[in-house]
Amino acid sequence: MRSEAGTHRAAGARPAAARRERAPRALALAAWAVIAFLHVPLALIVLYAFSAEDKSYVFPPPALTTQWFAVAWEREDVWRAIRLSFEVAAWATSIALVLGTLAAAALARTRFFGRDAISLLLILPIALPGIITGIALRSAYHTLDIPFSFWTIVIGHATFCVVVVYNNAVARLRRTSPSLIEASMDLGADGFQTVRYVILPQLGSALLAGGLLAFALSFDEVIVTTFTAGQQTTLPIWMLQELIRPRQRPVTNVVAVIIIALTFVPILAAYWLTRSDEAPSR
Amino acid sequence: MTAAVTLDSVSCVFGHGASEVRAVDDVHLAIEPGEFFTLLGPSGSGKTTCLRMIGGFTLPTAGRILIGGEDVTLRPPYARPVNTVFQDYALFPHMSIRDNVAYALMVKGVDKPGRGRRADEMLELVRLPGVGDRRPAQLSGGQRQRVALARALISRPQVLLLDEPLGALDLKLREQMQVELKALQRELGITFLFITHDQHEALSMSDRIGVFNSGRLEQVGTPHAVYNTPATRFVAQFVGAANVLEGDAARRLAGADCAMLRPERIALGPERDARASGTVTEVQYFGAFTRLRVASAGSALQVDLPATTIAPSGGATVHLHWDDGAVHRLAAA
Amino acid sequence: MTATLALPAPPAGLRRRASDLLYTRRGLLLLLLLAPPLLWFGVVYLGSLFALLANAFFGLDDFTGQVRREFTLENFRALADGANVDVARRTILMAVSVTAACALLGFPVAYYMARHASGAKKAALYIAVMLPLWSSYLVRLYAWKLLLAKEGAISWLAAQTHTTWLLDALLALPAVGGPSLSFSTLGTFIVFVYMWLPFMILPIMAAIERIPPSFVEASGDLGAGPATTLRRVILPLAMPGVAAGSIFTFSLTLGDYIIPQVIGDSTLYIGQVVYKQQGVAGNIPFAAAFSLVPIAVIGVYLWLARRQGAFDAL
Repeated sequence: MRSEAGTHRAAGARPAAARRERAPRALALAAWAVIAFLHVPLALIVLYAFSAEDKSYVFPPPALTTQWFAVAWEREDVWRAIRLSFEVAAWATSIALVLGTLAAAALARTRFFGRDAISLLLILPIALPGIITGIALRSAYHTLDIPFSFWTIVIGHATFCVVVVYNNAVARLRRTSPSLIEASMDLGADGFQTVRYVILPQLGSALLAGGLLAFALSFDEVIVTTFTAGQQTTLPIWMLQELIRPRQRPVTNVVAVIIIALTFVPILAAYWLTRSDEAPSR
Repeated sequence: MTAAVTLDSVSCVFGHGASEVRAVDDVHLAIEPGEFFTLLGPSGSGKTTCLRMIGGFTLPTAGRILIGGEDVTLRPPYARPVNTVFQDYALFPHMSIRDNVAYALMVKGVDKPGRGRRADEMLELVRLPGVGDRRPAQLSGGQRQRVALARALISRPQVLLLDEPLGALDLKLREQMQVELKALQRELGITFLFITHDQHEALSMSDRIGVFNSGRLEQVGTPHAVYNTPATRFVAQFVGAANVLEGDAARRLAGADCAMLRPERIALGPERDARASGTVTEVQYFGAFTRLRVASAGSALQVDLPATTIAPSGGATVHLHWDDGAVHRLAAA
Repeated sequence: MTATLALPAPPAGLRRRASDLLYTRRGLLLLLLLAPPLLWFGVVYLGSLFALLANAFFGLDDFTGQVRREFTLENFRALADGANVDVARRTILMAVSVTAACALLGFPVAYYMARHASGAKKAALYIAVMLPLWSSYLVRLYAWKLLLAKEGAISWLAAQTHTTWLLDALLALPAVGGPSLSFSTLGTFIVFVYMWLPFMILPIMAAIERIPPSFVEASGDLGAGPATTLRRVILPLAMPGVAAGSIFTFSLTLGDYIIPQVIGDSTLYIGQVVYKQQGVAGNIPFAAAFSLVPIAVIGVYLWLARRQGAFDAL
C-alpha cells in the first residue's frame, strides 16, 4: 500500500505533519463509532466467559465467576477437537511451507509464459468462496470413492494455505537484493550452499510468519472443513455444532475465548515479524 | 605471457528478431596480468554486461572467455578464479563483518580459527581493524566498501572485478578511495578490472582503458593514447571535451574530412597567423580554467583558457592559434 | 602478508555437478522448483474443480439414489425451478445490500485513516481494523448470537433507551423480520456487514491514500467547499478501492452458508442448498450444478468490478 502522494509532492512542499488537518467532528465520531462496532462483540464474548448464568445469554450477566474454565477443562470432546485441529493445522502448514516456498522461489524474479496464470492458480482456493472449494473437493472424493479421513481434511487445508506462505516468501524474496546470491556464488558457494547460507536465512522470518498465518488459517477454517471432514470434529466444527444446538452455553463461551487466543497470537506474531516487508504508508 | 583475461569474439544478445538487443557485440579483449584495466562507457554501453560475463553471472551467446588461459565460458561463478566487488557491496546482512569476509573460506571448508585469523588480516589490509564483530548495517558506505573489497580478496583471485565501486561515495571520499585502490592493486599485484562511466576516474587510475559504445569496444589503449589519439568520434567526445570538426570546416582548418581538436590546445593570440577568428558567445568560469564558446565561420569552437590568461568578455572578437600536432584526424563517422 | 593458506581442492562430487547443471540450464531449475506445487494444484485443485464441473452434468438414479455417470442437463433444468430461483435471488440481494452497507460504513473510517491519521496512530488504527479479522470467524459469529439473543445486550440496550417498540416494529416487517433478531434476515444482514467490514475498509483506505493531496488542495483553491470536493474529487478517485473491497464482500456473502443457518430464519440461501444437497440427500450432482451459480455471478461481478478499476486497487 505504498502512497504515491510522496512522488507528487513538489520540492519544498509542506512537511507531512502539516498535511494532517484536524478532522471534522462528525467524521471522527463516525470513524470511531464504526471501530467500536467492530470491537464490542469481542469484548462481550470475553465478558460472557465469566458469566455465572448457564441457561441463557442474558445481559447484563447476573454475576461473574471463573468456574466455567474448570468445567471446560474437564470436557473430553473439547480436547479431542483441539487435538484434531492442531494436528491438521500442523500437517497443512508443513505441506504449505514446502509448496509455497518452491513456488515463490520459481516466481519471485523470473518472467516466463504462464507466470501470471500460475500465481492466479495459487490464489484461487482462497479467492473463490469456501463453498466452491468445499464442494469441489467433495465431488472429487465422491467420484474417486475416497472415504473421509484425517487426510481428506489436510489436503483441503494445505491447498488454501499455500498462497499464504507464498505471499510472504515472494514479498521477502523481492526485497532481497539479487546481488547477494551472486556474491555468494562469486565467493565459491555452489547453488545448494548459497541456498543454505544466504537464501534461507534471508527468508527465515518471512517463512516463520507465513507458517504462523497458515497455521491460524487452518486452525480457524470451517467451511471447507465441513465438506471434507465427514464425521470428524475439528474445533471450528465443534463450535459450529454448539452454535446450532447449544449444549452447555458457559463452556462454549470459555472455548470461544480460548479460540480467540489460539488464533490471535500467531497472527499477531506473524504481523510483527513481517511489518518491515510491507511498504509503510505515509 | 598468457593474458589474465581474454574475450574472444564475445557477444551477448537479448531477445529475438525485431526486439533484439545486442548488449555486447563481438568484443575482442586481452587483459595483461597485473594490469589495472578500466572498462569505460555510458550506461547501457555493454561494459557491465562484459564484466558480468567474465564473472559468470551472465552467459555469453557467442564467443569464448578465458581466464589465465583456461576456457571458463560456461562455468558458474563459483568455479572461476575471479572475485567481484559489487556496486551495492552485497554484504550479507545476517552475518557479522568477520563472517562476511571469511565467507569464501567457510564454503571451502577452512576451519573457524584459521579463517577468522585470515579475515582479520584482510580487514587490516583494507584499514578497517576491529570491526569484525559488527554488522553491515552498522557501518558507513565507505566502510562497507572496504569490507566488500576484503571479502573479495581473501581467496586470492587471479582477477578482481570492480563494478562501479565508487559510485555511491561522495566526492572527497571517492578521490581518497581512488588513491587507495590504486596503491592496493600495486601492492597485491592482482589484475584489477574496473568499471566506471566517469572518464576522469578512468584516466587517473588505469594502466589501460577499453572504451565501450553500444555494445562495441571502440578503443583499447593507455589513458594517454585514448585521450590524445582517440580512434573514433565517440571516444573523442566521451573522454574529455572535444571540438569535432567535419566537412568544410574540417577541410579548411585541419586538412581532413573529420578531425578533433582539444579545447585546451587552443590559445588566444594576435590576428596575424591565426588559424581562425570569431566572436565569443559564452564564457564559463571553472576556477582552474575558463571555457569559451567561440562562433567562427559557421561552426562553434570550445576553447579552454588556463587561469593565467585573462578571459575576454562575451561579444569580443578573438583570434585562435594552435599547433599542427594539436589536430588529430578521426575516421569518418 | 602471512604465508599462504592451503585451500582444500573444490569438491567434484554430485552436489557440485548438480549445481553446475542447474546453473547453466535455468529452465531445468525452474521446472524442478515448479513441479511439486504445480502437480499438487493440478491434481488436487484443478482435478477437484473438474470433478465439480463433471458432476454438474451427472444425475441421480431415482431408484438407488446413486450418482449416474451419464451426461444429463436435468440439474440445470431444476435450477430454473421457482424455489431455486428464489434462493438465488435472495442470496444475490443479500450480497448486494451487504456490499452497499459495508461501503457506506467503511468509507468514513477509511477516509479518516487515510487523511487524518499518520505514524503510530495510523498503525494502531490499522491493527484495530484488522483485529477482528485475526479472531476466529466462528467466535465473532457466536458473539453476535449472544448480542442478538432475545435476552441479550441489544434488547437490554433497547429497553434502556426506551426503543423496544422500534425493535419490535422492525422484527414485525414481513421480509426482513423474524421471531427475534437472532433468527431473522435483519440479523443475518447485520452480522454479514460486521464480518466483512474490514475487507471493505482497507482497500478504500489504500485508494484514498493514493490520491495526491495536491488534488484536494487544488479543488479547494478553485473554490469548491469540502462537500463538493468529496463528491467530485475524492469519491470518484476512491471508487476503485470501493470496487476492490466490494469483490470481497460480495463473493464472501454469496458463498457463506453458516451465518444464514445460525442467525437466519428458515429461508434458504445458495450455500445452504449446496450443503444440504451434498450431505444427507447425497445429491452431489445437483449441489455441484447449483454451486456454478455463485461462480457465474461472481464472474460477472468481477468483470464489472474490473471495469471500475478494482484490480488496480487490490
